[in-house]
Amino acid sequence: MPETAFEPWNDPDQKPLIQFRNVTKRFGSFTAIDDLSIDIFEKEFFALLGPSGCGKTTMMRMLAGFETPTSGTIMLDGQDISPIPPNKRSVNMMFQSYALFPHLTVYDNIAFGLKRDKLPKDQIDARVKEMLRLVQIEKFGQRKPDQISGGQRQRVALARSLAKAPKLLLLDEPLSALDKKLRQDTQFELMDIQEKTGTTFVVVTHDQEEAMTVASRVAVMDHGKLKQVDTPDRIYEAPNSTYVADFIGDVNIIEGHATVQGNTVSIAWAEGQPEIIGTPSKPMGDGKVSFAIRPEKVAISSEKPTDRHNAVQGKVLDIAYLGNLSTYHVQLPNGVIIKAQAANSRRRASRPFTWEDEVWLSWTDTAGIVLDN
Amino acid sequence: MNWRRFSLIAVPYFWLLALFLVPFLIVFKISLSDIALAIPPYTPTLELSDGWVGAKDFFSHLDFENFEFLATDDLYWKSYLSSLQIAFISTFICLLIGFPIAYGMANAPKEWQPTLMLLVILPFWTSFLIRVYSLIGILSQEGMLNQFLMWIGLINEPLTILNTNVAVYIGIVYTYCPFMILPIYATLIKLDGSLLEAAEDLGCSRTEAFWRITIPLSKAGIIAGCFLVFIPALGEFVIPSLLGGSDTLMIGKVLYEEFFSNRDWPVAGAVAVILLLILIIPIVLYQRNEQKVMEAET
Repeated sequence: MPETAFEPWNDPDQKPLIQFRNVTKRFGSFTAIDDLSIDIFEKEFFALLGPSGCGKTTMMRMLAGFETPTSGTIMLDGQDISPIPPNKRSVNMMFQSYALFPHLTVYDNIAFGLKRDKLPKDQIDARVKEMLRLVQIEKFGQRKPDQISGGQRQRVALARSLAKAPKLLLLDEPLSALDKKLRQDTQFELMDIQEKTGTTFVVVTHDQEEAMTVASRVAVMDHGKLKQVDTPDRIYEAPNSTYVADFIGDVNIIEGHATVQGNTVSIAWAEGQPEIIGTPSKPMGDGKVSFAIRPEKVAISSEKPTDRHNAVQGKVLDIAYLGNLSTYHVQLPNGVIIKAQAANSRRRASRPFTWEDEVWLSWTDTAGIVLDN
Repeated sequence: MNWRRFSLIAVPYFWLLALFLVPFLIVFKISLSDIALAIPPYTPTLELSDGWVGAKDFFSHLDFENFEFLATDDLYWKSYLSSLQIAFISTFICLLIGFPIAYGMANAPKEWQPTLMLLVILPFWTSFLIRVYSLIGILSQEGMLNQFLMWIGLINEPLTILNTNVAVYIGIVYTYCPFMILPIYATLIKLDGSLLEAAEDLGCSRTEAFWRITIPLSKAGIIAGCFLVFIPALGEFVIPSLLGGSDTLMIGKVLYEEFFSNRDWPVAGAVAVILLLILIIPIVLYQRNEQKVMEAET
């Protein structure tokens, strides 16, 4: 039997674990969440991504029970959770500051929630030890939180929030306090732990790379609304708006007027420049469009390529050397700057292009995204 | 030994030596002397001109007679006990009143907090004596408190509050409450609100979170506040002499009378030395315990 991909959101028979139904949350005159509906499924690793103030933290706090919606309902496992206080919900949260109790040892921090459930002592002990093993901090059980490193504190916080085996685990910017290297290692570990425990994770983050790495689905938010909810690759390759395209990764956005020609559109965008041929993802009519193309899909060459419709000439304005990649900022004669990225696949090769070089930029008909305005 | 470091440490040590240890030794010496009708009113005094023989003679005259006297007359140990009781109960009442005030201040809106802080320390702008005298006006038979209680019909005859232990408690609690409020407020204001949310998230009710998180984490402030109230309350002299009755026994009052009325400096010295020991022993024990806890953790 072929292994089926984990895509419960495409299966109409699956019942969602969490349902937001037309949820609105206002703080005074400020609308943090604006008539938002979303389904999150069991065992998902769901990321809420957006700039600060977009409402992602409010959504998480409503799930934890620290805020109640102004209108609309939030269902967990088919039950409206609005009247249930945070201490009675099968939802646990890992706080951005970790919120470890400074007066308790690592062991007692993890045991804290279990003790509130009045479990027998030996069961608590077994569970705490299991959690310490899971996050690989067995040695530090008797230390206080201020006697361990930041990375270890992050693990304690994770272990503490997982100890009660919640149906849903909320992670508020879980890795933002770690340095880059540790963050990347921890991302994979987080995915491992999520898979091992089978818990549904909802993670709030402003770091798009983190969201793309860990999540099965990403929700991009802005001003209390969902802009797009999709898998990381679709968010990246098929954004449904310039906002999403611009928020995730690097992108060139060109405004123009499209004329439909069969399956493709021809976009007139500047006087004296050839029209851009693009392939829209869904049928569309003539009109104003935005053409978005990622820098790594723009090829850079010294000769005009013959196999592509889309080619423009310009001058290298700036080069950002990133080690594995170089990003070239190329200025066209009409002043527009287009970013192109090339992999530095050969070591010690002299740079093919340098400042002020005349170069050709080209891309295929399907490389860019045509977005209806 | 690094000179910079030495001189840095030397300043507080010199301060303690000059302003605490030397005066204490002088008092201790007086407490070992005998009363005399002279200036100063005790004997022996050390005459450096008499040399070695004089010094030997001086030390042979010192004895613990005055401490033995304190043990025989029950006025003294009753005063110590009564002072301890009044100081304990006042500290406890201060805690009961001070903690909720500090908690309310720490949870008040940010823009209110400087004002609330100012209100707590405002009484210090008036002389302590004037505030205690004004309490006489409030607590006396014809005072404002009795008039108010009769006006609202709670009592028919004025209560006798002034010149009782109750008045002493009111005076001490009123005077020293800010010393309880401020250190507790200082610890509560630093308390991370997400800790309480985390406790709730892990299954605590609001009340349980308060007892399991807020109280343990404000322990340092509570202890500091208790010491700041207990220590001056134990030796308090002005409040019991102005507000207390003839049956109010407090060691500060006894000390004052020995010193100024009886002019018995040696006995007054012995009273002061014992009072200091009563205060120092619990503090030292507490600090040793704290140190042990800290050593066990590292």
